[in-house]
Amino acid sequence: MAISQMIGARIHRREDPHLITGGGRYVEDLTRPGLLTMAIVRSPHPHARIRRINATGAHAIPGVVAVLTAADFKPLLSGTHPVAPAFIPEKHTVPQRFPIADDEAVFQGEPVAVVVAQNRKLAVDGAQAIEVEYEPLPAVTDLLPALEPGSPRVHTTDVDNLAWDTTFSPEDSVKAAFDQAEVVVKERILQQRLAPTPIEPRGVTAEYDRFEDQLTIWMATQNPHFIRLFVSGAMGLPETKVRVISHDVGGGFGSKISPYPEDYLVPATARLLKRPVRWIETRTESLQTTTHGRGQIFDVEVAAKRDGSLLAMKVTQYLDAGAYVGTFGAFQPVACLLAGGAYKWPGGIAARTVGVLTNRVPTDPYRGAGRPEATHLVERMLDKLAQEIGMDPVAVRQKNFVRPEEFPFTNNFGLVYDSGNYNGALERALQLSGYNDFRRRQEQARRDGRYLGIGLSTWIEICGFGPSAATAPATGGLALVESAQVRVHPTGSAQVFVGTHAHGQGHDTTFAQIAADTLGLPYEAIEIRHGDTAEGPAFGYGTYGSRSLAVGGMAVRTAGKQIVAKAQKIAANMLEASADDVVFDQGRFHVRGNPGSAKTMAEVAFAAYGAGLPAGTDHGLEATSYFDPPNFVWPFGSHVCEVEVDPATGDVKLLKYTAVDDCGNIINPLIVEGQLHGGIAQGIAQALFEEVSYDPQTGQLLTGTLADYLVPTANEIPSPLLDRTVTPSPTNELGVKGIGEAGTIAASAAVINAIVDALSPLGISHVDMPASPDRLWKQIRQAQEGVRA
Amino acid sequence: MIPAAFRYQRASSVDEASRLLGQGEDVKVLAGGHSLIPLMRLRLAQPTMLVDINPLEGELGYIRRDNGTLRVGALTRHYQIEQSADVQRALPLLAEVAGEVGDLQVRSMGTIGGVLAHADPAGDYGTLALMLDATISTNRRSIPASQFFLGLFTTPLAADELITEVSFPVASGPHRYIKFRRRLSDWAIVGAGAQRMDDGQWRVGITNAAATPVRASGVEQALASGASPAEAARQANQGLDPASDVRGSAEYKTHLAQVLTQRAIEGAT
Repeated sequence: MAISQMIGARIHRREDPHLITGGGRYVEDLTRPGLLTMAIVRSPHPHARIRRINATGAHAIPGVVAVLTAADFKPLLSGTHPVAPAFIPEKHTVPQRFPIADDEAVFQGEPVAVVVAQNRKLAVDGAQAIEVEYEPLPAVTDLLPALEPGSPRVHTTDVDNLAWDTTFSPEDSVKAAFDQAEVVVKERILQQRLAPTPIEPRGVTAEYDRFEDQLTIWMATQNPHFIRLFVSGAMGLPETKVRVISHDVGGGFGSKISPYPEDYLVPATARLLKRPVRWIETRTESLQTTTHGRGQIFDVEVAAKRDGSLLAMKVTQYLDAGAYVGTFGAFQPVACLLAGGAYKWPGGIAARTVGVLTNRVPTDPYRGAGRPEATHLVERMLDKLAQEIGMDPVAVRQKNFVRPEEFPFTNNFGLVYDSGNYNGALERALQLSGYNDFRRRQEQARRDGRYLGIGLSTWIEICGFGPSAATAPATGGLALVESAQVRVHPTGSAQVFVGTHAHGQGHDTTFAQIAADTLGLPYEAIEIRHGDTAEGPAFGYGTYGSRSLAVGGMAVRTAGKQIVAKAQKIAANMLEASADDVVFDQGRFHVRGNPGSAKTMAEVAFAAYGAGLPAGTDHGLEATSYFDPPNFVWPFGSHVCEVEVDPATGDVKLLKYTAVDDCGNIINPLIVEGQLHGGIAQGIAQALFEEVSYDPQTGQLLTGTLADYLVPTANEIPSPLLDRTVTPSPTNELGVKGIGEAGTIAASAAVINAIVDALSPLGISHVDMPASPDRLWKQIRQAQEGVRA
Repeated sequence: MIPAAFRYQRASSVDEASRLLGQGEDVKVLAGGHSLIPLMRLRLAQPTMLVDINPLEGELGYIRRDNGTLRVGALTRHYQIEQSADVQRALPLLAEVAGEVGDLQVRSMGTIGGVLAHADPAGDYGTLALMLDATISTNRRSIPASQFFLGLFTTPLAADELITEVSFPVASGPHRYIKFRRRLSDWAIVGAGAQRMDDGQWRVGITNAAATPVRASGVEQALASGASPAEAARQANQGLDPASDVRGSAEYKTHLAQVLTQRAIEGAT
């Protein structure tokens, strides 16, 4: 048993057999005695006054138990929806939010009434039978017009639609650099709204036990402890009286971090009716009312020299916050702070973010959250510069990279990149993708009238949230550290309770690998538990922002080391030696120089619950650790995409996708590769397929089913060629960085850069997302007319 | 995502199905259900009763070749059409089109009669029926395909009328159907079919670029008078009236019809 090799072992995910054989436990799989089902009546209008709600028709349906509106919930729920300071502590207009609309509905899909019935069909029948008299109000259906003085207001009670307007560094700071620039390139870059679309939609079941005065909530969330905190607060219950259980979660991608109206409405209803209540989101509700991602516009200018040296950048972000500021809606301005990417900007970066309210569902983090936007804008601008000065995009990047010897590197906003070898990853990616040979093939194809292109994306990421000093102010108090509790039982099996919460990441496997090596116990003897606030440490911080390994994995590691330290004392006592003379190796304690006589961790565990412990040593073998990382971690990589564009139809064929990524040391290569496959697919999806569309006149959602919202399938995504470099993080003992968002952060820029490269003979220097055939065909046609003219 | 209440009846014969269909205002036939059930789940359709004709598979699920005619029973599944050696020989274009409908689950349940009766302009079989002058038979009469597609989701079928069979002329010459779509299992944004008949004449049709399938007569005539595929395909915009939607603008779809028509003719094998 080579237990010392579990870290780094390419083993299959232990959670998969039950997930892929129908053994998963999702919210809808759970039933409770006397369970009622809730359906929600939602506003069909982007903005409307609610004149009257007539529930007579619903009450007439046998099996409908209750119809509740804002008036019914006001005595049950207090406070307003939480909005984290994130990167914008001083906001301008932050509309107050109650989980259900009272007299004004401000986005299509906002709850207006709930119906509770004996089963789901009756609940939907009841919802359909409710007549709501709306007075449609002028709606804000687009981002930039919302800022104009004559614009309708998203909330009639607010003075304007400006959520924030924050300058991180003023334009003056880059004036000198722009004055001396030999070349300036400018672009407006769109980041369309995206729907996170987890396979399992949201769902909440709640039960209130009157005898114990205990509320139990089963739900699909990335963040059980935060949900407990928010819901207990709103319901006036101590945290101890609320238990949030989240078994298997069928994907989140950031959309299951923040609390939602239903997370309050379902428990409040269960408490009111004294019956368990369940609500399961439909797919259309998911597309309509689960928070969207992206939804931004960037105006970017880059100043440079003709030799490709970068000088300075100006970036303004306009962010569509939606009708309310999302709980982590102000996280996405991180795009400004990372706009410099993997490069040095000696003349500075001027950055401003403007948050805009619109009559649409709020935006919140979506896989990558601000970092795909940053990568996309800087990688686009570098290509635009390369095109402008007639230089190879590779050379422009290499000229401006932060070099390996410059780490730790402090960027223009004071963020400290921990380690990296950006050119190392790029060189490897160029080699694997056959970049130099491609240029020859491209020449040949162009002579044949074919449009082949290649695109680079060299990405960096801030992740592993995060150090307490930085994160506590951003959440409004709680530091995003992470907890783990390790309990070794007398017979040598161990349970590890973690404060993170997996929704597809494979934590049961990865954390068990770390625990096995740290504790010197067999991998099979380790059980990982998460997703139940009644177990383990008092608080957990959840899974998002590629934090679970770098922060949560380290908590497992440090708790495990506390166990080993105690076990070493007990073992020394058993071996009649001084603890300083005892060595722990391969799961065995022995006196230095005498490996033949050893005690296994299991034997020591048994002794820890027996008699004759060394003086001053408590019984038992368990430890709890909260890990507070000294810095964020900074993974990076280089992606190369090869495409062919059909100029007659605007269709893009993905020919080859190569990714070389560096997430420091790797615990399980198979899981890293799986994260990259999925992440790259989601980035390609943004580049080519997905877009939440609203009718510009009526504000009605046009992409309310998966027939219209184009999530690509395995058929549309080429299998990427993956490789890696390994630059360990100095931030944590494991040397690890995050990889969950990497593929998504990198991919959209690689694809769009390839398309622009393909079409550059037509004079095209920028393409917006999604690069749908219709959009590209129009752009190609215009360019061809321009060339002819 | 749960349908409203409806009554459900299984038909044991075509006559019984017809009788049940005549019983009320909003009675629908359930064949493969792949268009109807999603509409019901969204409550965009709330029929009072479904008449399940799947028990009639023995009667209405067949593929027969009679000399110059290929007869396909209305309840024949896409997968059966795709796999049929008779279809592959007699009208390979139909087998190929059947093989590109939806995904395997859809092809295993969906039926040719259901596609035609639903008269969604995105249905590929309608284009084939129209361009090949197929005949659509019901329990009452035979309707030439040219008189079948009256408008969006609109056919001349009476409430108690049921499609029983579609008969196509045999044609094994060069053919091609191009289904332009973003994802493999999607409907065509626009489709174009071309078939050279045994008399040497081309038949051309366009899918999903108007309220009904469109026969590209102008293209056919141009080809007959010796035009090149590129020249002829310019006529493919005639009679089109595509809707602008999230998949593409009307202008783009019209252009696409021309490009795909040219490629279908040039690529016919």
